Amino acid sequence: MSVMKSSAEVPAPGSPEPAPASGPLVDVRDLSVVFRKRRTLAAPRIVRAVNDISFHIDQGETFGLVGESGSGKSTTGRALLKLVPAAAGSVTVAGHDVTRLRGKALRTARRSMQMVFQDPYSSLDPSSTVAASIAEPLIVHEKLSGRAARERVHELIEMVGLRASYADRYPYEFSGGQRQRLAIARAIALNPGFVVCDEAVSALDVSTQNQVINLLERLRAEFGLTYLFIAHDLAIVRHISHRVGVMYLGRIVETGPAERVYTAPAHPYTRALLSAIPDPRRKSERIVLEGDLPDPARPPVGCPFQTRCGHVMDICRQRVPEPTVVEGGGEVSCHLQTSGPTLAGAPLSALPKGPGPAA
Amino acid sequence: MTPEHEPAKLLEIEDLHVDFLTDRGWTNVVAGVSFDVGPGEIVGLVGESGSGKSVTSLSVLRLLPPAYTRTPGGHVRYRGRDLIGMPQRELRDIRGNEISMIFQEPMTSLNPAYTIGDQIAEGYRRHKGGSRRAAFARAAEMLDLVGIPDAGHRVRDYPHEFSGGMRQRAMIAMALVCEPRLLIADEPATALDVTVQAQIVALLARLRDETGCGILFITHDLGLVAELADRVVVMYAGEVVETAPALDLYDAPKHPYTAGLLSAMPHLGVRGEELPTIPGRTPEPWRMPEGCRFSPRCGHANETCTAAPPEFRIVGEGRGCRCCRTEQLRLVGSP
Repeated sequence: MSVMKSSAEVPAPGSPEPAPASGPLVDVRDLSVVFRKRRTLAAPRIVRAVNDISFHIDQGETFGLVGESGSGKSTTGRALLKLVPAAAGSVTVAGHDVTRLRGKALRTARRSMQMVFQDPYSSLDPSSTVAASIAEPLIVHEKLSGRAARERVHELIEMVGLRASYADRYPYEFSGGQRQRLAIARAIALNPGFVVCDEAVSALDVSTQNQVINLLERLRAEFGLTYLFIAHDLAIVRHISHRVGVMYLGRIVETGPAERVYTAPAHPYTRALLSAIPDPRRKSERIVLEGDLPDPARPPVGCPFQTRCGHVMDICRQRVPEPTVVEGGGEVSCHLQTSGPTLAGAPLSALPKGPGPAA
Repeated sequence: MTPEHEPAKLLEIEDLHVDFLTDRGWTNVVAGVSFDVGPGEIVGLVGESGSGKSVTSLSVLRLLPPAYTRTPGGHVRYRGRDLIGMPQRELRDIRGNEISMIFQEPMTSLNPAYTIGDQIAEGYRRHKGGSRRAAFARAAEMLDLVGIPDAGHRVRDYPHEFSGGMRQRAMIAMALVCEPRLLIADEPATALDVTVQAQIVALLARLRDETGCGILFITHDLGLVAELADRVVVMYAGEVVETAPALDLYDAPKHPYTAGLLSAMPHLGVRGEELPTIPGRTPEPWRMPEGCRFSPRCGHANETCTAAPPEFRIVGEGRGCRCCRTEQLRLVGSP
């Protein structure tokens, strides 16, 4: 990795369990993303895929974003790299407001922000060798010569635990896990400070999944990477994340240190999600949520989770809950915390039993 | 229904072999698989991609393309009748009627040009006859059974109007419309969110209790299978490596591969700790290792393992295992 220390953004290698250094590397404030779909003979369908969310990620930290499909977690990841435009709010990465960057400045900023996608079958070009795919960012951004790029490609391929001799093979010759390693090699080729992993291990078998997670952890410690780790698998997110955000219908309903969110969830949705994790020796009754996510084009007025919540109150149908600080770290947006049986930051388990709808 | 004698087993797979035609000629992908499913029993068939679990399940109803596949040996008996040699005409009366199947991808298994109701009614009319109207009413009833709200109206919807979870429930309704005795569910919850997964698993368990059908549940998710299955069959590289009652498997696995899978289940991890992995990857079918097929990835392998392929042996009450060293190993289950 000595060859390409391009700028000062690579900090000293951290210990395996670093206390994240300095201030936030990524700061998201009141971000909204709106999709408009034109329709013939009908008003356009407007979807607020991301609705007024705020969070930050410290340098060297892994922030996990969980939620069901349609919750807006992937859109959030894309908006952070300006792969989709923001309708409102700001995204500051290493001091630059990404939402305002364009042209050359955007291209320069993107060198330090990379993404690993879910499906390595479609994110690697099937008609080029993996060496060509990994070399492309080096040639575009670093203006490396063919030979220098090749050396660097070999180095990268070995860094992700594969043999350099694999460089001239085509994607179809690799297994899913190996392909994902190659996608990671390409993502770290330019020494990015910030990497968005969008369901990066979801398509892999359990035994390979762990290999790739261990690799991501090793790279983070070695190069001081900062991750936004998007996944629907809560167990994996718990393992890899320092802090976690839970999304529902375009909003972040709860954030906090991973340990706190998993052991003492403060939002009814978080609790239901956790109870949905399969467990061979379940002791508590599983909470099975009824119904589906509401149509994001017609979200309910008030709290987004009201249609499936066992604790719904009148106020939930009127006002969007404001974030409240939670004991043990983080914030939750739920009226239970502020109205009715006031929890004021206490975990949900402090609520009296009998989750019937309140009058 | 013919009042023949009722065998104790609903489905018996015995020494099943399946070959695929590849560039390298005929390649064996399922090598002597045997297990059975009793009436009202839920059996989980577990394995990673490439283990042969889906091929095994597809060959039960002979759904593999005959031009590229062959079954050089073995039996698949449904209530005593061998499905392997059965003429297609007879088989068609069993498919979707007595044995039905649910697939992983609800969007690709539904026809976008027909309403959900039409698609559920089609199988019912084929097997049970009756008027269009009666079949359509039956379709609405089925949608209601699988928990689609407002089923009477939604039965006229097209697949694109359903969410992913609803489509999967519609597929289950379609599979159950003729009240099959055996349901084969191939990764029915895999592409779905955890909350929807929980709904589908709860639904399958309820259907078994209400209709008494046997279920063969194919998945790569050991956690999911534990919640649902009575018995688990673990496959690796085309072979069954272990069978056991579900909880026994989790408490005390007998095969190192099962133990590896259990330890790799993600919920066990603590932040910052390296996650346990199984080194290497599943072998390609044309390059199977000598002796035990798992030996190159096994931390316990010695000369005996590579010398000869291990036999599948009975190793306890209702338990079988394909490992010659299992008695000498102290394998740990999921904590």
